[in-house]
Amino acid sequence: MKPKKHKTPLLDELQDGKWPSFVNGLKRLADDDGKSYSPMMNDLLGQLEHSYQTKLGYWKGGTVSVFGYGGGVIPRFSKVAEEFPESSEFHTLRVQPPAGLHYSTDLLRNMCDIWEEHGSGLIALHGQSGDIMFQGCTTENVQKAFDDLNEIGLDMGGAGPALRTSMSCVGHARCEQSCYDEVRAHRSIINAFLDEMHRPALPYKFKFKFSGCANDCVNAIHRADFAVIGTWRDDMKVDQAEVKNYIDQAGRKYTIDNVIARCPTNALSLNDDDTLEVDNSSCVRCMHCLNVMNKALSPGDDKGVTILIGGKRSLKIGDQMGTVVVPFLKLESDEDFERLEEIAENVIEFFAENALEHERIGETIDRIGLVNFLDGVGVEIDPNMVNHPRTNSYVDTAEWDQEADKWLERKAGEAAE
Amino acid sequence: MAETDTDVQPRRPDEHGVPDPFPYMHPVLKKNYGNWKWHERPRPGVLHHVSHDGDEVWTVRAGTQRQMDVHTIRTLCDIADMRAEGHVRFTTRSNIEFMVSAENMVAPLIEALEAEGFPIGGTGNSVSMISHTQGWLHCDIPGTDASGVVKSLMDDLHSEFTKEEMPNRVRITTSCCQINCGGQGDIAINVQYTKPPVIDHDLVANVCERPAVVARCPVAAIRPALVNGKPSLEVDEQKCICCGACYAPCPPMQINSEESTKIAIWVGGKHSNARSKPTFHKLAVAGLPNNPPRWPEVGEVVKKILYAYKNNARDWERVGEWIERIGWARFFELADIPFTRFHIDDFRGARESLNASAHIHF
Repeated sequence: MKPKKHKTPLLDELQDGKWPSFVNGLKRLADDDGKSYSPMMNDLLGQLEHSYQTKLGYWKGGTVSVFGYGGGVIPRFSKVAEEFPESSEFHTLRVQPPAGLHYSTDLLRNMCDIWEEHGSGLIALHGQSGDIMFQGCTTENVQKAFDDLNEIGLDMGGAGPALRTSMSCVGHARCEQSCYDEVRAHRSIINAFLDEMHRPALPYKFKFKFSGCANDCVNAIHRADFAVIGTWRDDMKVDQAEVKNYIDQAGRKYTIDNVIARCPTNALSLNDDDTLEVDNSSCVRCMHCLNVMNKALSPGDDKGVTILIGGKRSLKIGDQMGTVVVPFLKLESDEDFERLEEIAENVIEFFAENALEHERIGETIDRIGLVNFLDGVGVEIDPNMVNHPRTNSYVDTAEWDQEADKWLERKAGEAAE
Repeated sequence: MAETDTDVQPRRPDEHGVPDPFPYMHPVLKKNYGNWKWHERPRPGVLHHVSHDGDEVWTVRAGTQRQMDVHTIRTLCDIADMRAEGHVRFTTRSNIEFMVSAENMVAPLIEALEAEGFPIGGTGNSVSMISHTQGWLHCDIPGTDASGVVKSLMDDLHSEFTKEEMPNRVRITTSCCQINCGGQGDIAINVQYTKPPVIDHDLVANVCERPAVVARCPVAAIRPALVNGKPSLEVDEQKCICCGACYAPCPPMQINSEESTKIAIWVGGKHSNARSKPTFHKLAVAGLPNNPPRWPEVGEVVKKILYAYKNNARDWERVGEWIERIGWARFFELADIPFTRFHIDDFRGARESLNASAHIHF
């Protein structure tokens, strides 16, 4: 006898339209009669339709994990399991994708085969932290699914108060703006702290994101506790012949209005002979002119990263962006990458020891002040960390002379190098 | 001694960490890793990259539904194997990219993708795929669905995905609660609760760690209380800002209801550092109904804002930069949106958002 399918009049309305429909996919799975996931997906559709009818969600959390790890599974138990028993357990496995989200079709097909055997057949590519989300698994099958995924080289991502799965942009693999080896940075940092991901013991979540330039395609400054943004400190490269080609095509007025005038620090000037003059000491490496005049302008040779700490979403003090903690770190040699790892370790350790429960590192900095945070992680102050110096006088400056001497000594030391 | 079933130890995980992408990467990308020189967009949805060695690669970008069944993924794999070179990648916004090493492979690849219903676009100054969260499909605290909102909007905005006719790129996001997992956007569509939580006092003592819930409230409106002889929590409804922060650690504090869960639309968020520093989105409209399956009231406002931007912004201005130039008064006029007392921030640090100058747009 063919199993009875739930009626889904509201969801059916999402089968029309030009954009690919997730409902069509859910229905294909529910209609795969004879497959192990078909009854689960039929009841899942039933519960989702029930949510659409009543405008409420019906999942609750719980505790499910795999042997050896404390996190990475998002348990979901249905609150309406009596009506929809087959999808009463519908857990997600968060799995880390290859850095830069590269896949061979073999890898994707293997993932599909494993998920068809043990799970629901529904995969989200990808979650907001970059996870492959294998959505819909019974408690019993979570271990089996993970074992098979782990056998093909994949590993669990983060959940709960832990280091979370990270993201890096396409970067070096296919982008001329990329200022460091994102794959190496992403893999070496996350793989150095896997214990914090797989055995959650931090005060709250901690996210790294890696963008190859200030276009920040993985939204690191907004979303990451530790944002690594590519930049350079020597002069940008200008191919004057290509500048002329651009002006020939786009027009002089267009170039002035859209490149020269849009420079946020007035670092650009168009000469009478249509060559471009760049005041590199005023340039802030924002990327606008490089984006627009892609063939003519490129990053310099002395490349590295800016590190910003403390980005997060709303809970509970309102959205915060990361703020600059390391204005420039050269990132090329083995020693450079070791230094990046050392900074990351200091920040994670400081977070583990000093943040309150359920407090993100940005909130900690908000609570204790940036200077105390910098002291804690062993980073020296820098004017690039502020938009402007303080505007209120409510501070005790009795030790001004000592602090001024520190700065002068530092500057003398740098000059001697 | 023979092992019995109960003696079998579960398999220990191999702690691989982040998978190495090089075994999966397109060979031209791998060969030219860190060696790219420039790129152009021959048409919307197609990128052409050239390396310092003169190697070339073409990328075709297609939209997906993100939440994909194995059949959809296998269809994409079939296309990648037959019309491309067996390697794909995904963007942060759930678009799929197919890389090919010869220009003449581009048109047949596009044809195959379009035949299966995958839109080609999302590059340059287009409206890319909307970033979204889990919603009713999988989240434990959702105020609305995510996939359905996104599907409905992308049906409406399909032609803005496949063309590059916007002043600059447009990044739209959705979030199904006020935590805002969907992130910042040029236009953000987020749940906005409008009433304090309704507490099931019979359950609180068993389900919730009460001090943790008290600590979670941004405005200290929750305190422990004895209700009907049971330890529970109470909310000072005068102080409550209806944010829903207490609902996650304490599900008996139900924040959602059929009528009170509303949708708000925010504008002017920007991730990139290009030109201006990154910005957060700002409130444009609240009070829209949570109206599945297609949320038509939301789509209408999004389109009003989007087309006001398309018709009025200058080249390279993002939504927030456009509003910065024309001023908020003109924005509310052009987008045909009422300005209310709720637009004026009163949370901590709010005075930073007030106009402390004689700069007025007339």
